[in-house]
Order: sequence, then C-alpha cells, then structure tokens
Amino acid sequence: MKLERPKLTLLERLYLPAIVSGLALTFSHIFRKKVTLRYPEEKPEIPPNYRGQPVLVKDEEGRVKCVACQLCEFVCPPRAITIKPMEYPENAKYGKVEKTPAEFDIDMLRCIYCGYCEEVCPEQAIFLRGPYSVTGLSRKAMVFNKEKLLELGGTLPDPIKKWQKK
Amino acid sequence: MAETPTTAASTPEMVNVTINGTAIRVPKGINVIEAARHAGVFIPHYCYHPKLPIAGNCRMCMVEIGEAMFTPDRQPVMEPDGKQKIVMQPRLAIGCNTPVKEGMIVVTNSAAVTRAQNAVLEFLLINHPLDCPICDQAGECKLQEYSVEFGAGASRFREEKVHKPKKVDLGPRVVLDDERCVLCSRCIRFMRDVAKDDCLGFVERGSHSTLTCWPGKKLDSNYSLNTVDICPVGALTDKDFRFKMRAWFLKETKSICTSCATGCNTTIWSRGNIIYRQTPRDNDAVNECWMCDAGRLNYKFINDPGRLTKAIVAPASVPAAGKGSDAGKDAGATSYEDALKQLGPKLKAALANRDSAAFIGSARATNEELYLFARLAKGSVSDCVPRSWAADNFLVKADRNPNSAGAKLLGVAAEPMGSKLAAIAEGIKGSRIKTLVVHQEDVTKHGIGADLLAKLSLLVVMDFKQTATTKAAHFVLPGVTFAEKRGTFINAKGRLQRVWPAVSLGGEARPEWEIFRDLLRELGGVDNHSDIAALFADMAGNVPALAGRVLSKVGDEGVQISTG
Repeated sequence: MKLERPKLTLLERLYLPAIVSGLALTFSHIFRKKVTLRYPEEKPEIPPNYRGQPVLVKDEEGRVKCVACQLCEFVCPPRAITIKPMEYPENAKYGKVEKTPAEFDIDMLRCIYCGYCEEVCPEQAIFLRGPYSVTGLSRKAMVFNKEKLLELGGTLPDPIKKWQKK
Repeated sequence: MAETPTTAASTPEMVNVTINGTAIRVPKGINVIEAARHAGVFIPHYCYHPKLPIAGNCRMCMVEIGEAMFTPDRQPVMEPDGKQKIVMQPRLAIGCNTPVKEGMIVVTNSAAVTRAQNAVLEFLLINHPLDCPICDQAGECKLQEYSVEFGAGASRFREEKVHKPKKVDLGPRVVLDDERCVLCSRCIRFMRDVAKDDCLGFVERGSHSTLTCWPGKKLDSNYSLNTVDICPVGALTDKDFRFKMRAWFLKETKSICTSCATGCNTTIWSRGNIIYRQTPRDNDAVNECWMCDAGRLNYKFINDPGRLTKAIVAPASVPAAGKGSDAGKDAGATSYEDALKQLGPKLKAALANRDSAAFIGSARATNEELYLFARLAKGSVSDCVPRSWAADNFLVKADRNPNSAGAKLLGVAAEPMGSKLAAIAEGIKGSRIKTLVVHQEDVTKHGIGADLLAKLSLLVVMDFKQTATTKAAHFVLPGVTFAEKRGTFINAKGRLQRVWPAVSLGGEARPEWEIFRDLLRELGGVDNHSDIAALFADMAGNVPALAGRVLSKVGDEGVQISTG
C-alpha cells in the first residue's frame, strides 16, 4: 500500500510560525503557578493512605505490634523478609504477649511492594506506608533492620488491644 | 480400593464392615477409627492415639453405627425393594471405643455426625485463646486442621473466656499453656502407661479443668518430650524448640537417632542448613512412635559454627613454599585435594609395614564407611571405642554407639569392642606402632594421650570437629555428621536402617566414605565407587550377612538382617 504524503501549505512549509507558537506557549509558563518541586530539598506531601514501602508500627503504648509469627516471611513472594523470633524475657512489661521479633529484616532490593505482608499480618503490625524514597549506598544498607523499620513506621493506634485481654 | 492389612504375623480373624457404603474386611478387635482408616476414611479425633489406652473424652470421633435388621428368630427383615432393612443406633457413638463387629455399618458423613463435629469443635474453641500467631503448634495443630475441615466456621460465644495458667513450667524441657489445652489426657496416659512415670493429672472441674503436675513432682522423665509430640494442640511445647521457627518452614528428612544402639527412627526438621528439632518417626519394629529426650536433643553439635570445613596439614609437614598463600588462616588449613596429594605417598610408605600401623575406627560411622575403613586397615590392628551410659527398660540401650553391630560385622571393632585399644597404646609407647589412622574419635579421652600421639610419625584423623586428637594430627580430613550423609546403620537388634542428608555443611567437608575411597585410591586400590548405592552393592557382595541387600530396597523403616 502506498501512503500519500500530506500536502503542506506555504505557512507550514515556512516552519517558523510553528516554532514561534511553540515558544510562546513555553514562555507563557513563566508567569503561571509552578507545578514542580525542587526535589530532594522540597518533599511532596504524601497522603495518609499512600502505599510506599513496608514498615513496622507500634501501638500507642509504644509496644512493637509484631509478634514474630513469620507469616509475612512465608507469604513474601521475593523472600525479602527474614525474621528471628525470641521470647519476651521473664517479667517484661509485655511478657504476656510471650513472643516478639529479635531481628526483623526486609531486603529492600528484593521487595516488590506487593503488600502481601500487610494483607497476611494477623496483628496489624506491618503496613505499606508513607516512606517512598528507598536509597542506600550498599547492598547491606538496603537491608532494613527492625529498628529502622520501626522508626519509619511510627505509631498506629490499635483499637482492639487483643493482648491486653490475655 | 481398600485393602485388608497384611502386616499381622498370623492371619487374624477378619470381620465384614461397611464404612460410608464401602464394604471391607478388617481384623477383628480393632476400633472404628482404625477400620475407617483401612477404608480410606478419616475420622477426626483428639484423645485417641493408637499407642495409648482409650480415654474417649474428646467426643470428636462421633459416628453413626447400625446393622442389618433381623427378626427375633434371626430371619432378615426386608425392605419392599428387596434389600435388607438397616437399623441405625439412635445415638451417635465414639469411634475410638467401639470395636468393629461382623456386619457393622458405620456412617461418618451424615448430617448428624457433621452436626456433632461442629458442636464439639465449637465447645473446644469456646475458651481457646486463639493465639495462633505466637503458638508453636500453628501449622501442625489439630484444632486448626479440624476447624477447617470439620468446624462450623464461626463462634457464637460472646462471653468472657475462662483464663487459666499460661507459660507453666512443667519440667526441665516442657512448657504448658493451660488455656490451649483441650483436656484430651494423651500426655497423662503417656506418662502413666508408656513412660511409667505417672506425674500429670487434671484438677478443678468443668470449664476450669486444668492439666498440672502432681504436687512435688515434675515432668522430668527422659521421655517427657513425647508428650509434646502427642499433644494435638499447642498446650505442651518443647522448651528447646519454643519460638525458634514455625513448623511450615521446616524441611523434613528421614533419619535415625545415633545417640544409642536402639537406632530410633527420626525426622530431622531443618531450614537452610540449620537443624531445629528431631522428632520420632513411626516404626513399630524399633521405637513405635517414641524417642528419649537425650537422643532428641542431641543434634546441636551439627549446628556448631566451629566445625571443620577445611583439610588441615600440620605445619611440620607443610612444604615451606606453600606457607605464604595461607597467611591469616588456620595454621595448615588447605584444600582437600592438596592434603590428599601430600598424604597419599606418606601413607603408602607408612603402610608398607602393616605391623607398624594401627587403625581406630568409629562405631558411630555408617556401614559403608566401616567397610572401606576395614579395607584400609586390612593387615593392621584395628578397633573402635566403646561408649556406654545407663540403659533403661524402654528405648535407651547401654551401648551409646549407634553402629556397634556394623563395626563388629565389618571387622573394624575387636571382640569385645575396645579390647585392643590398650595394646595399641602400648604399641605406640614402645615405638612399635608409628602410624595411626583415627576416624571420628578423640582417642586422647580413651587411653591414647597427647604424649603418645606426639610419638607417632604419621597421625591421620577424619573428624567433623576439632578435638585434642585432630590438634595432634599430621593430617586432618574434614568429615561430616550422620545428618549430612547417606548410609546405613545396624542397630542392637540387627536392623539395617538408612540415614539421609538433612543439611549440608559446605566447605571441604565430605562424607567419610568418599575420604576412605580416595585414600584407598592413593594406596593403589581400584575402588571407584562413585555413589553410595554402588558402594553398598559392593559391600553386600562381600559381606555374607548383607548378601542380596540393595540400598534402595532397605526402605524407610529398615530391614532385619541375620546378625544381631
């Protein structure tokens, strides 16, 4: 099949009018409201339901909600999560919860942000929340440990307080 | 289709029963749960355990039972359609305590049975804490499994649950969570009737019933951890395994316990290259379904990070040129091939005079290893180290070596075992014996001290860990434990049993049969066994007691051989 070349008018063939109108549009933006940010000095506002990286949360009493059941480790498709459970020491404040993670690592180079960990968690302890900028200078730095994940996660009030009734 | 069991020694009397419409013949005297198993029908149960007396208290195994109807003068009563009329008993019966009888009709899938199962599960879950996220039993819990398969799916209970003691310290190895207990009494019956150390019982009444130890007693029997195995829920947990790893991550490898000559069949539960627990595996010819705590917990040496992973050539025999490259490493650590290359000619020269060499094998090694070790030792004096502890009347044998029978059968051990060790020590003292080859034994603890070892001109040691003997050795070749190799053992009763590799150490360590094969090759032998099956076939061809045996036919539960 043969395609016909469109026939151009004289103005179009001159080329300059199109350039000028394009530049006019560009220059008009100088006087409009800015829509870009000077990232990373300026950070965008993240809505509360933003689905960023998986993080661990504490309840309003400051208790680590994770009880190291390892279901997220089991369900994680890229096997990014590694948990080492431990028993709460005798007479600990939350001793009746009995179990807590000694180590909780998420390899953020492996994480695919699928959210299965959040979905499977029986304790509402892991969420895909605000943090979106996941950077590091080495592979090791990209394995986020429990302390880092808790710091990123912050506090999420727990209306049920399941363990208080135990 | 269902088969009649053929395992019984003498043909038992058989009866005809119908289970969910399937007519089968089963041995007389078994209960309905076992008969249903023959028909391929599973009846859920908590308190029933095939190796324990019947308690009949969980009420989970309710079934409908009926039979064909007869008139008082034993004439069959017929339906209008020509079939014999069937009468079902008006009440459900428990399957565990109902022996089968001729003509019995069992129904396990009727609406009445389903309703009963739903109700029993609802009652059991009323006061259950539902702390599955932290419960070690999760994943192998009968409450979870039956709730999915036989439960109603939701609870109607709105009241406050009964609270009972949690984290009760029952004994040195077992923790009890009373809230999770379903009061099946399996543990009580096990301790009373199997372990013969009656120490558990229920106190309080109704929904406050609580499992506890008798006053002044502890659950400290050497068989206490079997109660954890038979506990259908997470009430009894193993202190050693508690909170270590979830059951669903663990890989199961069939193995046998190598802590004594009984050779209890076990399952090794590992994840990655770490062993988390050992549990007994059913084998009615050896250990039924039990094992002792000492054997069960004797796996930690396998996980030890300090194991030997490199061959070691003692500094004295390392050529000066090779020293620079190994800077910063263990003195003399080298590759297996390098160690073998250096050792080969030396060993060959040393063994030119067979009388000047002695071999100490291990009765903890596999038959295949002992067979090759015996070949290495041929013409020289050889023996094994005997090892004993207190026997009991149940599973624990006095002989702590798992393969004494094999060591004797294959000619490595003297009769009685260890009787030549003193002569070997004497020979080294008198400088008559200049070469010693030791497998997996720390001979410094068995009469051949470091001072004697220092007199040897060649000491070759195969072991999986550093010992005083490996430190004195000129050559150390890294071996592995029973959980890292294939092979066979012969237990005290003359049963040939297999082990399979559960974990892998990595590094230069390898099964010792490979090391012995390579040494035999260095000595000019033609042994070329590339795998354990070929080696076993060679051994079976040369050892009369094993004649005709094939490794792949030994099976999971082993075979009885004529020795023993």
